[in-house]
Amino acid sequence: MQTLFINLWIHALESGEINVKDTRFVFLKSPTVYAEPVYESRSASAWRIFLRDRRAMVASGILLLLIVLSALAFLSPYDPNELAVDQKLLPPSGSHWFGTDEYGRDYFTRILYGGQVSLAVGFFAMIISVSIGILVGTVSGYFGGVIDNILMRILDIFMSLPSFFLIMILSAYLKLGIVSIILIIGLLSWMEVARIVRAQTLTLKSREYVLYAKTTGASLGRIIWKHVIPGTIPSITVAASLNIAYAILTESSLSFLGLGIKQPDSSWGSMLNSAQGFMSNAAYLAIFPGIFIVLLILSFNIIGDSLQKITEPKE
Amino acid sequence: MLKMIRRRILQIIPMLFVLSVISFLLVKLAPGDPIRLYVTPNMLPEDIERVRTSLGLNDPIYIQYFKWLLELLQGNFGYSIRTSQPVLEEMLVRIPPTIGLMGASMILTLLIAIPMGLLSAKHENSWIDRTINFFSYIGISIPSFWFGILLIVFFAIELQWLPTMGMRTIGTDTFGDLVKHSILPIIALTFQSSAIYYRYIRSNTISELKEEYVGFQKALGFSQSEIIRKHVLKNVLLPVITLLGMSLPTLISGAFIIEKIFSWPGMGSYGIDAIFGLDYPVIMAITLVSGLLLIIGNLFADVIYQLVDPRIRKWGN
Repeated sequence: MQTLFINLWIHALESGEINVKDTRFVFLKSPTVYAEPVYESRSASAWRIFLRDRRAMVASGILLLLIVLSALAFLSPYDPNELAVDQKLLPPSGSHWFGTDEYGRDYFTRILYGGQVSLAVGFFAMIISVSIGILVGTVSGYFGGVIDNILMRILDIFMSLPSFFLIMILSAYLKLGIVSIILIIGLLSWMEVARIVRAQTLTLKSREYVLYAKTTGASLGRIIWKHVIPGTIPSITVAASLNIAYAILTESSLSFLGLGIKQPDSSWGSMLNSAQGFMSNAAYLAIFPGIFIVLLILSFNIIGDSLQKITEPKE
Repeated sequence: MLKMIRRRILQIIPMLFVLSVISFLLVKLAPGDPIRLYVTPNMLPEDIERVRTSLGLNDPIYIQYFKWLLELLQGNFGYSIRTSQPVLEEMLVRIPPTIGLMGASMILTLLIAIPMGLLSAKHENSWIDRTINFFSYIGISIPSFWFGILLIVFFAIELQWLPTMGMRTIGTDTFGDLVKHSILPIIALTFQSSAIYYRYIRSNTISELKEEYVGFQKALGFSQSEIIRKHVLKNVLLPVITLLGMSLPTLISGAFIIEKIFSWPGMGSYGIDAIFGLDYPVIMAITLVSGLLLIIGNLFADVIYQLVDPRIRKWGN
C-alpha cells in the first residue's frame, strides 16, 4: 500500500503536478480538514470547545465546588478560631468530619476558612500581576524603540531575581499581613504576562483595523484599550489561570514555613505547618489541607491548559 | 556568534548592578541597628558615635555601597551573626550536599521524563498517554512540601523503611546510609521536575511529528520509532537544554522547602535558617549567589542553544 502510494507521489512530483512542499498536505492533513466548515464567532466556538473538553469541565466543577464551600463557611456550626481544650485531636467523625486540631477546633471549618485565604490570594495577586503585565506589555509593544528596550531590561532584571527567596526575606523582615503578601506575589509575577502581551501587541498594531483607527484620529488610549487589549485577552486568560495557581502555591509554601498567614487565622499552608508536629499520632491533620491545595491548583492548571489548546493558532 | 555573546554579556551588567543594590539594601534595611553588635551598656554616647564613624556607618549611603562592593569582590561576604563564622566558608560546606541531591534528582528527571515524553507523544491520546499525562498533572499541582510530608508519613513513620531526616545517621559514615537518607528527598524533587520536563518534551515531540520531514520519512517507509530515534529526538532535546540551563542555579542554591523538610544540610536549609535567625549577612550572600547563578544559567542556556542549533547559528533569532 505504502509503495503504491509513494510511486504515485513520485510520479506526480516528476510530472510537476505537485511540488515537495505539498508533501505535508498529501500525507498529514486529517480528513476533518475537508469537513463542512462551521461558521460562528471566535468566542462562541471557543466556548463550544471548552464545554466539550471533559477534563476542563470536571476541573471547573471542582473549582466551583471549592469556591461555594469556602464562601458558605459561615454556615458551619463551629467557630474556626474558638479553642476547646476538651476536644483536642479528635479523629474524623460524624460531628467533626475532618476531626479537630491540637486546640480542639473543627478542622473542616478551618479548612473552609483557609480556602477563602487561598482563593483571595490567588485571585487578587493574579489581578495585580495581569494588570502590570498588560500595562508593560502593551506600552512596550506599541511604542517600541527606547521605551521597549528599557521596559524589557527591567523585565529581565525581575526575571533574574530569586523571587521565592525574596518573598521569604521580606516576609521575615516586615512580618507581612495578607494584603502585603498579595501585593508582593503580584509584583514579582507579572513578567510572563508582559512578554505574551508584548508579542501580541507587536502583531496587532500593524493590523488594518488598528491602522484604520489611527487614521480616523482615535486617541492613543482608545486604540490600545479598544483595539489592542481585546485581541490579547485569550492568551491573557491562559496566563491568568496559571498565575492564580502560582500565587496559591507561593502563599501556601510561605505559610507552611510559618512566614505567611499567622495564627489564629488559618490558611492551608499554615495548617500543614502545625500538622507537622502531629504526624505520628494524627496524620489526617497533614492530609486534608494538602488534598484541598492539590485540588485547587490542579483545577486551575487543567483549565489553563484547556484554554491554551483553544487559543493557540491551528495550523 | 561572538557578537551575540558579547551583546548578552553587556546586557548582564545592569542586571548585576541591580542585584548587588538589592542585596546591599537587604543588609541595610534589616530590622535593628547594626551598631548593637559593637556596643556595651557602659559606653558613652560619644564612644558609640566614634565606633559608628570608624565602622563607616556615618558615610553617605553610596560610599557604603562601594565599600561593601569592594569587600565583596575580594571574596569577603562578612560574618554570620549566629555563628560568627565567615559566610563564604559556611557556604562552601553547604554546597556539596546540595549539588549531590539536586544533581541526582536532575539526572533521574531526565531518565524518566525523556522516555515518558516520547512514549506519550508517539501514542498521543492512547490510554498510556492519558495515564502518564494524568500523573504529570498531579506532579505539577502537588506542592513539594506536602508531597514531602506524605512521603515522611508513609515511608518513614508508618512503614519505617527510611529515615525521616538528615543526611547521615550520627556515628555512621557509609555510602549506603547516605543513599538511604537521600531517597525520600530525591523522590520528592524528581516527581515534580520530571512532570514539568515530561510535559515539555511531550508537547514538543507532538508538534515535531507534524513537521514535513516526518511525513516525508514516513512516505519513504520508515517506521515511526525509527523516525523518532533518528531525527525527532535530536530536535526535541535541544530546547531541553534551555530548561536545564534555567534549573542550573538550583543545583547550587538548592530547593529551600524540600531541604528544610528533610533537614538536608545544604544551601536551601541554610538560607531558610538564616531568614528565621534574621542573619542578614548570610541572607545577602545567598540572594547574591542565587541571583548570579540564575543570570549565568540563562546566559549559558542561550549560548549553548545557539552553539548546537545550526538554524539559529546561521540566521540568528
